[in-house]
Amino acid sequence: MMLEETKKATYTIPVGPIHPALKEPIRLALTVDGEEIVDVDIFVGHVHRGIEWLGMNRNNPIQSIYVSERICGICNICHPFAFVMAVEHATGITPPPRAEYIRTIIAEMERIHSHLLWAGVAAHEIGFDTIFYLTWRVREEIMDLIEYVTGNRVTKAMFQIGGVRRDITEEQFPRIRQSLDYYKSLFDQLKRVFLDDKTIQMRTKNVGILKKEDALKLLTVGPSGRASGVPKDVRQNQPYAAYADLDIKVTTPDILTGTVVGDVYDRIIVRLLEVKQAIEIIEQCLEKMPPGPILAQPKTALLLKTLTKAEGEGIGRAEAPRGEVVHYVRLEAGQSTLATWKVRAPTYVNLMSAPTILKGMQIADVPIAFASLDPCLSCTNRIVVTDRATGQKSVTDYEELHRLSVEKTRKLQR
Amino acid sequence: MSLKAFKRALWVYHLNTGSCNGCDIEILAVLTPRYDVERFGIRLVGSPRHADVLLVTGPVIKQMVPRVKRIYEQTPDPKLVMVVGNCGIEGGVFYESYNLAGPVDQIIPVDVYVPGCPPRPEAIIHGVAMAWVKLEKAEQGVR
Ligand code: SF4
Repeated sequence: MMLEETKKATYTIPVGPIHPALKEPIRLALTVDGEEIVDVDIFVGHVHRGIEWLGMNRNNPIQSIYVSERICGICNICHPFAFVMAVEHATGITPPPRAEYIRTIIAEMERIHSHLLWAGVAAHEIGFDTIFYLTWRVREEIMDLIEYVTGNRVTKAMFQIGGVRRDITEEQFPRIRQSLDYYKSLFDQLKRVFLDDKTIQMRTKNVGILKKEDALKLLTVGPSGRASGVPKDVRQNQPYAAYADLDIKVTTPDILTGTVVGDVYDRIIVRLLEVKQAIEIIEQCLEKMPPGPILAQPKTALLLKTLTKAEGEGIGRAEAPRGEVVHYVRLEAGQSTLATWKVRAPTYVNLMSAPTILKGMQIADVPIAFASLDPCLSCTNRIVVTDRATGQKSVTDYEELHRLSVEKTRKLQR
Repeated sequence: MSLKAFKRALWVYHLNTGSCNGCDIEILAVLTPRYDVERFGIRLVGSPRHADVLLVTGPVIKQMVPRVKRIYEQTPDPKLVMVVGNCGIEGGVFYESYNLAGPVDQIIPVDVYVPGCPPRPEAIIHGVAMAWVKLEKAEQGVR
């Protein structure tokens, strides 16, 4: 059968480096008719670490900031960001304006690093490892900048309830601007590499289409939704932190191309433009940043006391690199831990779009189409392929899928 | 079988048992041009059957236990297990959670620990170098 043939063909292609974002155990069950995918089912829950439970049973809210950073190693600004906003909402603590600007700056730095990370992974998914290495080299610059500003490369530990823990001083501005200029000078090159390349166009144009109606129905958020023409962006729709003072517009692919297709190519456009936008936002913040304190309550013990006495519930919404992240908390007087903590990460809703995107496509398109949603909770250890014609089930692991994808690129290049 | 075969080129299989991704992206950073461990012959492979070293991240979620064991069994001897990140070493920030079966050394034997949450890329490279030393010692023992 068809399945047998494709399996044989995969044995010859070498395996590239594995990407962790597509290695965390989520399982997809694809029902295929020959090469075509007719149905998709998703299984998750292999990385459930009981984080909310920890915040409700073990940690006080200040300690929970650290746990919230470890919800995801890639979005570890937006989770604590939404979390502290929720606690501030519940308790009425207002962070000083300078802290709001610093929060905005590091949130945008995270967006740059996350989108570049994604771009590299996407290139890897279609077998373009040269571009994968190129983008990851370029990404090191922002990692250096993040380390320079926050002291850490990955988990930044910047947030505190009612402010931030580290200031960004005048003397640091030139170094920050230097990195931003580096990216600005590179932007045209990146655009050429990702948007003008014929192979990338062939593999991404009209692949994995998510129409606007579907995106609205499936509540797709973030760049994946915006690429389908849904102008949703928390930073503009419900500005938080310093975003209200800044000039931001929702990024949709028609800014560059004039039309919205909603395919993988459009998702690349949106993310590239958002890198540029992030640079502009940081520049605006550096210009407008007001002087003043960075913490509403610098004494942690006093802050903790306020939090223990506080009563109420609050919601924090932030625009993560992958879409809207929502944290809900409830505090009860006299209870040192949170009474309730609920996190809704963007990938949770975006995964619902995966079946729509994958249906009707070839198996070899699965890696790039699935990765184009930028699923943060990481993907397929294995995929169960059921051939409808024979009713036969076989388990394809991710490597084989990757090989199929690479092979398709090679075929198109010929 | 001689250990000489991988004296110069350690092949690594990366296994995520429920980590937060923080360690995983640093492992990738180690492979990409800034740190570029491929110049030492270290590379990630796609199957545990090709690997000399198992690189484990994450605190081992209950559902992952059978898989971790199976992957350990699939890796040919002699092999080394290296845990990257605090949460794999002793649970880290997740240590009291109800859904953990770990840390990793409760499930499979571990040879090298790289602490940090996440460790810096330099620390991960150092960990691989330590694994190297250990393998060399094992080789002398074998002879
Ligand atoms: S050690 Fe820390 S950074 Fe690494 S996976 Fe665990 S929680 Fe994430």
